[in-house]
Amino acid sequence: MVQVFWALLRRDLLLAFRHRGELLNPLLFFSLVVTLFPLGVSPEPSVLKTMAPGVIWIAVLLAGLFSLEGLFRSDFEDGTLEQMVLSPFPLAWLVVAKVAAHWIVTALPMLLLAPLLGLFLALPLEGIRVLEWTLLAGTPFLSLVGSVGVALTVGLRRGGMLLTLIVMPLYVPLLIFATQAVTSAVAGLPYDGALDFLLALFFLSLTLAPFATASALRISLS
Amino acid sequence: MWNTIWLTFHKFASPKHFYALSGRLVPWLGALTLLLLLSGLYLGLFVAPPDYQQGQSYRIMFVHVPSAWMSLFVYTFMAVLSGIFLIWNIKLADVMIRSSAALGASFTFLALATGSLWGKPMWGAWWVWDARLTSELILLFLYLGYMALVAAVEDPRSAGRAGAVLLLVGVVNIPIIHYSVEWWNTLHQGPTVTKFDKPSIHPSMLWPLLLMAGAFQFYYFTVSLIRARAEVLERERRSEWVRELIASQSKG
Repeated sequence: MVQVFWALLRRDLLLAFRHRGELLNPLLFFSLVVTLFPLGVSPEPSVLKTMAPGVIWIAVLLAGLFSLEGLFRSDFEDGTLEQMVLSPFPLAWLVVAKVAAHWIVTALPMLLLAPLLGLFLALPLEGIRVLEWTLLAGTPFLSLVGSVGVALTVGLRRGGMLLTLIVMPLYVPLLIFATQAVTSAVAGLPYDGALDFLLALFFLSLTLAPFATASALRISLS
Repeated sequence: MWNTIWLTFHKFASPKHFYALSGRLVPWLGALTLLLLLSGLYLGLFVAPPDYQQGQSYRIMFVHVPSAWMSLFVYTFMAVLSGIFLIWNIKLADVMIRSSAALGASFTFLALATGSLWGKPMWGAWWVWDARLTSELILLFLYLGYMALVAAVEDPRSAGRAGAVLLLVGVVNIPIIHYSVEWWNTLHQGPTVTKFDKPSIHPSMLWPLLLMAGAFQFYYFTVSLIRARAEVLERERRSEWVRELIASQSKG
């Protein structure tokens, strides 16, 4: 059980690093979206500061979702996914491995880039610190819940837009708690309540989402 | 004992029996809807006194509140049916879910539209980012997302199953969304009917509200059954009993 987890994780990471060019795309997307906001709204530091948490988090949601779209695609196309469904190991467990690999490849780099973008948006250091915590606690939820949507749309030709439609409403609590934590931290208020909620969401999705994803994959393949 | 229950259940869940039974039910349900609707509207629009603060404009509540209730009820009902469909593979559950989705979305839209009409004179704005409005809007997106997914999957069998999974995921999320939005921002007036002690609404206003709620409920059952009958006919168009039915109707 543990071995198959590591094997799948290793394989997915290896595959990702063999296509190094694609690794950069979500990051570029992320920075580009964030860059558009000062241009579109206002370069005033006081304005930037108030909208920074929301802007960064919305950019993370979009970048995460668009990169998630490919989570099962190549495996679906070459039949690996079918083999995974047929394998004796529980599919939900394999899903966790795949999502973990995807998180390491896309969410972790965004986590590293976020402080820089926070500085661009005039976010104070305390805010950046808490932003990192919210990203660390919140992005796994993003990947896990997103994987359900990806599994439902994997066989469809134009799944991208549809994926956004069905998954984005589910991200509302994530966005609310994450931005609330950062905003409170910037204002010097306690923020651990919102962080705890993010962690609760993470554990809830970790225990439930893989099973939903597994059954969705079975439906998409049938 | 259990077996007989199971057998009768399956018998009634078979498309043929469902079609016959629902055909007999629909006129009654429709009549009941009409009765409730007319009495509720009469009591609400003519008998109930104007509100001491909100004047006449509170009367939109008799449409607004039932549609908001129904928007939640229909989603929950669809989720329960999804569970039934995925666990016992009863196709009728899928038929009912499909015929409910558009109705649920309409109730949600109606609740938003009437709320907006009421909000303009009361709050001075067509739309405010209040907690309940926002979660109702997100509920609308959940409905539309379900409909988009089901429309996108070509194979009807996997479309139903994929939609059912999405509904179950959604129903786990609805309370989380609701409370997170509630803590985020609230302006909406507190509940006036479901408070656990005495409702803080006068009986002359409560009665029409309850009648209207009943009317909406039965309207939903009537229309979803009519839609489900059409869906059943379409799905079973190659079966013997549908052919016989069409033959007998075209003769007579």
